[in-house]
Amino acid sequence: MSSMLEVKNIQVAYGKIIAVKDVSVTVEKGEIVTLIGSNGAGKSTTLRTISGLIKPKSGEISFNGQRIDGMPGHDIVAMGICHSPEGRRIFPRMTVKENLELGAFLRNDKAAVNADMERVLDLFPRLKERIDQRAGTMSGGEQQMLAVSRALMGDPKLLLLDEPSMGLAPVLVELIFETIVKIRQQGVTILLIEQNATAALEVADRAYVLESGKVKISGSAKELSADDKVTKAYLGH
Amino acid sequence: MAKVSVANNVSKSNRNWIRGYTIAGFFLFITYQFLLPWDGLPSGIYQTVNQWMPPSAVNESLVYVIMALGLNIVVGYAGLLDLGYVAFWAIGGYCAGWFMSEFFYFLNIHFFGSVPAGTPGIHINFWMVLIIGGFVCALFGVLIGAPTLRLKSDYLALVTLGFGEIIPQVFFNGENFFGFNISNGTKGIVVVDPSPAGFKNLGPFDAGWKLLLFLFLTAVMVFISLRLRRGRLGRAWLAVREDELAASMMGVPLMRTKLAAYAVGAFAGGLGGVAFATHVNGVYAERFNFAISIFLLAMVVLGGMGNVWGVILGAFVLSWVNGNGLSAFGRVYNDSFGTSIDFTSFTFLLFGLVLIFMMLFKREGLIPESRMKLLMHEGELDDADSDGKKQKAGK
Repeated sequence: MSSMLEVKNIQVAYGKIIAVKDVSVTVEKGEIVTLIGSNGAGKSTTLRTISGLIKPKSGEISFNGQRIDGMPGHDIVAMGICHSPEGRRIFPRMTVKENLELGAFLRNDKAAVNADMERVLDLFPRLKERIDQRAGTMSGGEQQMLAVSRALMGDPKLLLLDEPSMGLAPVLVELIFETIVKIRQQGVTILLIEQNATAALEVADRAYVLESGKVKISGSAKELSADDKVTKAYLGH
Repeated sequence: MAKVSVANNVSKSNRNWIRGYTIAGFFLFITYQFLLPWDGLPSGIYQTVNQWMPPSAVNESLVYVIMALGLNIVVGYAGLLDLGYVAFWAIGGYCAGWFMSEFFYFLNIHFFGSVPAGTPGIHINFWMVLIIGGFVCALFGVLIGAPTLRLKSDYLALVTLGFGEIIPQVFFNGENFFGFNISNGTKGIVVVDPSPAGFKNLGPFDAGWKLLLFLFLTAVMVFISLRLRRGRLGRAWLAVREDELAASMMGVPLMRTKLAAYAVGAFAGGLGGVAFATHVNGVYAERFNFAISIFLLAMVVLGGMGNVWGVILGAFVLSWVNGNGLSAFGRVYNDSFGTSIDFTSFTFLLFGLVLIFMMLFKREGLIPESRMKLLMHEGELDDADSDGKKQKAGK
C-alpha cells in the first residue's frame, strides 16, 4: 500500500532560479508532517508544487497512488488536497462567510458544506462572531484562522499549511497549534511548514529539515528535537 | 449573528427589479409611441422632448447599455481589461448584415424572415439572427481568449486592443477578403430587413416600437447579469478578480472561468451589434472604431464597475451626451446668447474632464458595487479600521 502523499526527487525552478533542487517527502495517512528550515530553503515552493501552482521540472508527486504532478490546481483540490497559503491570501473584500463558501467551491452537497461550516466555526469561535464582516478588516490572527478554515471547507484529506503562525502573538500561536492537533483528530492528514520549529516539532509526528532546496535531515519529530545540529540551527538552544 | 450584510441587502432588492423595470419601460414606450405623436399634446412639449431626447436617441442609448452590460461582465465581474470590445459589436452587426439583407444577392434563403419570399439574399428571422450573432461572437471571444487569457492583465489588454483593431479593419477592407466580398467595404450593407416585433415589421421610422424591443433586450442582459452574478460562476469571477492565485487554490478553474466571462461578454456584444444594425437600418464599417471600445469602457467605469444599475446609468448618460444632449444644449445656448459655439466639438474634452474628476473624487463610479468601493478606497483605511474592532460594513 503506497503512502498518502509521495514526493519523489522533485526539482522546481522559477525561470532560471532553482528553488527546490532535490526534495523527497512522504506523508502517511493520519500523520502531521512538518517541513522546517530557514527562509529560502524551498519549503513553500515544495507545497506550491504539491498543490499544482507550479509544475516541477523533474521528479514525481503522487497522491494515494495516483500521479498528480502536472495536473491543474483545481483538479488537485478536487482530489482532496487543500492549501492554506503563505501570507494567508484571504479575499479581503469578501465577508468571512463568503470566504468560507469559496473554500467549498468544488463541493455540491449543500448539507455537508453547511455542516462543515458549523464544524470550522466551532474550531474558531472568533470567526463566528465576525461571520458577516469583511475579511480584510480583521486582525492578522483572525485572518490566519480564516485562511485555515477556508482550506478546511474544501473537505481535505490532506491539508497543506504554510506558516500558519507567522506574525501572530504568542497566545494566538498556541491557539493555532492546538487547533492543528484538533484538526488531525478529526481525521485530516497535515503537511505543515513552520519557522517556529519548536512548536512544529511538538505537534508533528515526523519532520524534514530543508536547506537550500534539499532535504538535509529527516526523521521522527522526537529524534529531531534531540538532534544537536537541528537544535543548534533551528531551535535556538 | 443577527447582522445582515450589505451584500445580502443588495441581492434582495435586485430580486424585485423586474416589476419596476417593466413599469418604467412601459411608461417610456407609451410616452414615445402614443403620447408624443398625439395631436392634443401642446406642441411646445413635443418640440422640447424631440430636441432633448428624441426616441432614436433613447434607442441608441439602449444599444450602448446592452453592450456596456456585456463589457461589465468581462471588466467589472471578472476583472479582465478589454480594450477591443468593438470587435464583437462589428461581428454582431455583420451577422445582421449577412443574414438579414440582400447582401448575398446570388442566394435565396428564407427562414421565417420579414420580407416576401423570392427576395434575393439570406433572410433569417430577426430573433434567430440575434442568437446567431450572440453565439458567433461568443465563439470569437473564446478563440481570442483561449491563447491569450494566460497573460497578465496588461498584456491581455494589449492583445484585446489588437483584436479590436483587426476585426473592424477586416470589415473595412472586406470588399476583397481573399477574393470574397464579405462586407461591401466602406459602402456598408445598407438595408437590413425590418425586425419583427411579433405582429408588426419595424421599419426605419418605428422608433417607438424599437424602443420596446431594445428595452426587452436590455432586460434580458440585466437578467443574465444578475443571475450569473449570484450563481457559482459569479462567485468564481469575483474570486478571480480579487486574487487569482487564491481562487485557484480554492479549486476555481481559472481558464474556464475567464473564458466564460469572455464568451458571455462577447455574446452581449453580438446582441448589441444586431440591435444596432436594426437601429440604424444598415451596417457601416467606419462606425466600428477604437473610440467605441474606450467609450464603452468609460461607461462601465463611470457608472460603477460590477454594478448593473450603475453601468446602465453610465451608458445612458454618456451616450445621451454624445448623441443628443450636448448638441441640444449647444443649440439652446447659442440661441439664447447669440453665440455660435460648436459644442459637439467639445464632447471628448468634456468626457476627459468627467473621467478625471470621477477618478479624483468618485473612483468607484456613480452607483458603485460595494466591494469595488472598498477596493478603490483601500489606501485610506487607517490602523483603527484594520485591527478588527470596528465593523466596517460599508455604507
